[in-house]
Amino acid sequence: MLDRVRFRRALPVLLPSVALGVMLIAIFSIQPSAMSYFGFTLLFKMAPPLILAALAQMLIILQGEIDLSNGAFVGLVTCIAAIFLKDDVALAFVILLAVMAAYVALGWLIHFRQLPSIIVSLGASFIWLGTAILFLPAPGGEIPDWLRTATAWKPPLLPLPIWIALIIAIVAHLVLMRSSFGVMLRAAGGNPRAVQKAGWSIAWLRVVVYGAAAVLLVLAGLMLAGLITSGDPNVAPSYTLLGIGAVILGGGAFIGGQVSPVGTVIGALTLSLAGSFLSFLQVPATWQIGAQGVILFLVLAGRVLVDDRRRA
Amino acid sequence: MMLRRIPPWTYGFWAAALMLGVIGLQSGLGSIGPTLTVALAFGAISVLVGTGQMFVIASGPGNLDLSVPSVLTLAAYVSMTVMDRTGGVISAGIAAALAVGAVAGCLNYAAIRFLRLPPIIATLAWSFIFQSFAFNLGGQATLKPPQALSDFTNWRLGWVQVMPLTIMTLSVVAALALAFTVWGRNLLATGQNERAAHFAGVRVGPVRLVAYVICGMTAAMAGVVLSGFTGGAALNMGNTYLMESIAIVALGGTSVAGGQANAIGIWGAALFFNLMGTMLNIFQADAGLRFVLMGILIVLIVAIVPRPEAR
Repeated sequence: MLDRVRFRRALPVLLPSVALGVMLIAIFSIQPSAMSYFGFTLLFKMAPPLILAALAQMLIILQGEIDLSNGAFVGLVTCIAAIFLKDDVALAFVILLAVMAAYVALGWLIHFRQLPSIIVSLGASFIWLGTAILFLPAPGGEIPDWLRTATAWKPPLLPLPIWIALIIAIVAHLVLMRSSFGVMLRAAGGNPRAVQKAGWSIAWLRVVVYGAAAVLLVLAGLMLAGLITSGDPNVAPSYTLLGIGAVILGGGAFIGGQVSPVGTVIGALTLSLAGSFLSFLQVPATWQIGAQGVILFLVLAGRVLVDDRRRA
Repeated sequence: MMLRRIPPWTYGFWAAALMLGVIGLQSGLGSIGPTLTVALAFGAISVLVGTGQMFVIASGPGNLDLSVPSVLTLAAYVSMTVMDRTGGVISAGIAAALAVGAVAGCLNYAAIRFLRLPPIIATLAWSFIFQSFAFNLGGQATLKPPQALSDFTNWRLGWVQVMPLTIMTLSVVAALALAFTVWGRNLLATGQNERAAHFAGVRVGPVRLVAYVICGMTAAMAGVVLSGFTGGAALNMGNTYLMESIAIVALGGTSVAGGQANAIGIWGAALFFNLMGTMLNIFQADAGLRFVLMGILIVLIVAIVPRPEAR
């Protein structure tokens, strides 16, 4: 018998993991050669940027807010990387810091004026997209070789995307679920008033959260730029919604204070594998996006079923 | 504190008037008429989509319909196909589009209700599925509207454009429905406090279902009108309407937290959006700058609107 409390805690991780497992088994039964170092590298090639963007979204959702500008920001970072990184690393760094500061400032504005984050981040998404187009009107630019080789690196034992997923999941779990600062962050999302009464500055916590999200998004953008070897303002709009999907798949809720870092990472892996999975099943291209919607429903429907049983 | 005396939902109208003035100064008074004509037509289509979104947003915090662009596109394809097969029977095409919209609304609500999903996720997942259907139905080709539909969407009586006028009438109907019908009052009550509304005898579920169905139907209708006005249904025709529908509803004075809606204010915000695009075109601002300005304005307007005291 499973311990009830343990089971409840494991639940957010369990469902997307099952979905991930089912898809992998299906892929391997069709194409056994995919079960290799090379196969995994290929299947999860585009996963790391999505994982990072999903974690950034998770931090925002943890605060009871939402960020619709997530994908546009990643696109902006790829453009900055494609234009400045090769010739002048310091300049690229300064520009990245400036856009991160702008991102944090908007987060602070949302808190300070108690604005609806949906609308502000919607406006922000136009600002990031526009800035990216000003930098780079059409996809292109040049990515320095070191970034390209870094994203194509073949580490020992496990493929790079798997290493990245593992490390990110462990670090995020330790920081958010095990450290006292993580407890504070979760409390600030669940019950800001209580945290304030306990003597913490919510504004300061928010700045830290938005800052951390900005760092994750910059990393996602750099990694994506390395993978696609160019900059593109419109490369990642889907990251916004897929990121939100990953957070919810991983057991998060929009009420604030309730997210799971490990669940989010697995959710992001699931969503990015869904694409390869459907190609493997030879689902026609025109139905693939629809099938992705169906997968999203199936996994989330599983949550309702388990939920019901628990209550009964 | 002048700002406090001007109701926030009228900001869109003032801003639109300002844009129109700037355009007049820059390219001569004669250009104001044609500019306004175009802005009214495209604004009307945005308003159509926005009005449905407004009902959904007003129905409670977290309620949002992300399937709007895909429903718009799918309905446009279905209705163009029906009109083509029936040899140009417009009523059949419109009926088909409305049916698509109504079914989409029901499916959205069913996923929210029975799978207990957050509306953002439920409507997102459906939008993927609707998009696939549109893709299979029309593919990359542009489906041409019958001549009669194009004629109707461009129809003028003297200097009055019939299509925007019809949609203005719909806005007034929506405003009256919110203020005076039982459903409208129930919707706002649900949006303010779901539990309180439930205990007061409001059947929260059906009330919300109707909001989603209306949203689907207005998006579908916008698909038909847009195809008629721009010469066909294309795969990416709905894309801009996702963000735009949310932005104009919020700028038009509807609370994103739900429970409070303004159907007329949407017009101001929609005209402002369209005229700003035109103005930046006249000044030959490039696309990037246009997006940046639009984003800054959205943030600014939301930030300076005086907020009611916390309940």
